Amino acid sequence: MQTAASEGNAPWRFDLFVLPVILGLGAFAGILEAARSPDPAMQAQGWTFALCMMATGAWYLWTYAGRTPRDELTPYANDVVRAGVIASMFWAVAGMAVGLILALQLSFPHWFYFAGEAWTNFGRLRPLHTSAVIFAFGGNVLIATSFYVVQRTSRARLWGGSLPWFVFWGYNTFIVLAGTGYLLGITQSKEYAEPEWYADLWLTVVWVCYLLTFLGTIIKRKESHIYVANWFYLSFIVTIAMLHIVNNLSWPVSLLQSQSYSLFSGVQSALTQWWYGHNAVGFFLTAGFLGIMYYFIPKRAERPIYSYRLSIIHFWSLIFIYIWAGPHHLLYTALPEWAQTLGMTFSIILWMPSWGGMINGLMTLSGAWDKLRTDPVLRMLVVSVAFYGMSTFEGPVMSVKTVNALSHYTNWTIGHVHSGALGWVAYVSFGAIYCLVPWLWGKKKLYSNALVEWHFWISTLGIVLYITSMWVAGIMQGLMWRAYNEFGFLEYSFAEAVQAMHPYYIIRAAGGGLFLAGVLIMVFNLWKTVRQDAPAQAAALVPEAAE
Amino acid sequence: MSKKEIDEVSGTETTGHEWDGIKELNTPLPRWWLYLFIACIVWAVGYWFVMPSWPMLHGYTHGMLDHSQRDEVMANVRALQAARAGKEQALNQATLKQIQDNPDLLQFAMAEGKTVFGDNCAPCHGSGGQGAHGYPNLNDDVWLWGGKLDEIQHTITVGVRSSAQDTRESQMPAFGRDGILKPAEVADLTQYVVHLSGRPADPAAVRRAGKLFADNCAACHGAQGKGDRSVGAPNLTDNEWLYGPTPADIRDQIWNGHGGVMPTWGGRLSPATIKALAVYVHSLGGGE
Repeated sequence: MQTAASEGNAPWRFDLFVLPVILGLGAFAGILEAARSPDPAMQAQGWTFALCMMATGAWYLWTYAGRTPRDELTPYANDVVRAGVIASMFWAVAGMAVGLILALQLSFPHWFYFAGEAWTNFGRLRPLHTSAVIFAFGGNVLIATSFYVVQRTSRARLWGGSLPWFVFWGYNTFIVLAGTGYLLGITQSKEYAEPEWYADLWLTVVWVCYLLTFLGTIIKRKESHIYVANWFYLSFIVTIAMLHIVNNLSWPVSLLQSQSYSLFSGVQSALTQWWYGHNAVGFFLTAGFLGIMYYFIPKRAERPIYSYRLSIIHFWSLIFIYIWAGPHHLLYTALPEWAQTLGMTFSIILWMPSWGGMINGLMTLSGAWDKLRTDPVLRMLVVSVAFYGMSTFEGPVMSVKTVNALSHYTNWTIGHVHSGALGWVAYVSFGAIYCLVPWLWGKKKLYSNALVEWHFWISTLGIVLYITSMWVAGIMQGLMWRAYNEFGFLEYSFAEAVQAMHPYYIIRAAGGGLFLAGVLIMVFNLWKTVRQDAPAQAAALVPEAAE
Repeated sequence: MSKKEIDEVSGTETTGHEWDGIKELNTPLPRWWLYLFIACIVWAVGYWFVMPSWPMLHGYTHGMLDHSQRDEVMANVRALQAARAGKEQALNQATLKQIQDNPDLLQFAMAEGKTVFGDNCAPCHGSGGQGAHGYPNLNDDVWLWGGKLDEIQHTITVGVRSSAQDTRESQMPAFGRDGILKPAEVADLTQYVVHLSGRPADPAAVRRAGKLFADNCAACHGAQGKGDRSVGAPNLTDNEWLYGPTPADIRDQIWNGHGGVMPTWGGRLSPATIKALAVYVHSLGGGE
């Protein structure tokens, strides 16, 4: 399948038959939905989906009609990784900009809010932000880096011919469908699983293709062992498939309506949702990004992984224990107490398995610590691991019932999430992308290391402002809510606690603004890197000679 | 596959594998990591013995403490009710005036009133009772339905234009919107009301509007425009404006006849709590 024939004489290929058929059926279904649905929002979703399908179909025609694209004649598929890097940076800017708008809306409620324009409402923009940064930015980074890493560490080209491209276009179609849906007011009201049944179905199709691509590449690898980064990537892909399908089990009101009935209700629904929600953190934002860490840190530091044994033990303990920790999101609720106990205790047990990854990341630097002074990209990667260690310690602490009684529903949780999201997920992604762009576009080095320094320091200051303001705000909020006077009456009304948040919300918005400014510097730097004419030996683009 | 070798920096043996130039050291597990991991597991197992933890086919393991959050909450609520019982009883039996005159009871009522006000009234009336456009200020001595203790208590209990049967009810007509008066007449009346509040106004318009006011407004607001609390009609001469002071605001109010809704709290707060709330509101500055 991969050994392509000369131009204009391409052999019949299974993927070039099946995938366009799926695209055609998708476009047909979208147009049908747009034509028949009585709901204007659903009509818009139908058109959006049909347009995405047709655009992908046009791309297939342009790329494959009568020829074999040049990228398919190289030993590794690189174009799809390049596309993933571009999409990642686009969604990073978009998602973080929406986050900044939300931070400003919380500080100044009339900011970017127009009465009569429902889509500017906090309730619609909030899932747009979370989905854009987690699934659009994070997801594209995971797909792109996993495609890059699995090929190098398996010495095999991506399996499936054009299948990786289908994964790329299909996944981004899901993002567009979900994001425009939120703005139109379509949601199933499950946090981090807001998209409705039709978007969920489409993502399932795409995710199975992703799994096939990844697994197929691993199966045809030319290395006898599977590299640790690929264990993490694979566990992420498999587990997300399971979580996504189970939490989204529902029955559409009608095939022409966006709404659906969830299979679960009441506390069962809550537990299923947080089993999903917490493991989205565990497998999407932790396991997946540990895969990135396990390739890019040793590669950049040019040092061996600190401990193979630790990687085995912490991998298996991490994936076994993470899956139990979800109930800690439902402490002191209608969830039975025994389930709360399990959620809390497994969260505590999870502490060391999480830290195993941190130790392996940091200790890999031994013998190369001096590089932190001169290489801001490596520093970014290492700081991300430090933030990872910090938030995976904070998490178990917050899952302890007595701590949770104070922290739950407060801004402390928001601070915790962002120390992980900005410090760990975004920084390890930025580090990886700073490595990838010169490698993929065949450049000796980045356009400017000084700009990476600027990015690093501005964004780090942003993170510090963000998380410290949210710690103070959250603990203050929790203490105000539980303050009683001598007669057992509440000391503060809810509105007074809201008012007390104002200065911290402004500091948080400033922190978020700085973080976004750093990303814009990064985009500029990457753009200049790609545009500069200083071609390097494209060493990273071909396999090393087998030994 | 490459052979096992000794890493020069750490002196540790590698596993002998290599992927894209990445090797792995075969470093043993860090002891402190392993011991902390084991300690966490031991602690968790101990916790399971003490607290409810594992589901069984029927029920769950109750643990040595057989702890129940629900029982704990109920016990706390009962303890609070017991601690307050005496004072609540006293609130129930005392008249509003007696509450005000008894320092002990007053302190309790003020504490309760403040809390209840913050969570129920502040969203509209402001956390200090300062009011807002369309929501009366409770700190001043301007009252639509009366500022005596029992009048405040009654307003809280039945609300204004609420769903309660005996709600306080008044209706300012939408003179312009409903076509009762012509635009020019509304403009003249606006000048008349500006004049009533002692501000300079167009004398010709005021002259023209005299009869209009007597025919359309005086029934509720009184011939002098001093208002009437028995029907909730505001005093137009005191320069306090619920819907804004400017001529444009006044014209808008005559044209559209805005009237807000205050919910009935009779079914939602206990009589004792409403008493405490009435005493608290009375104390804000405008009580009569």
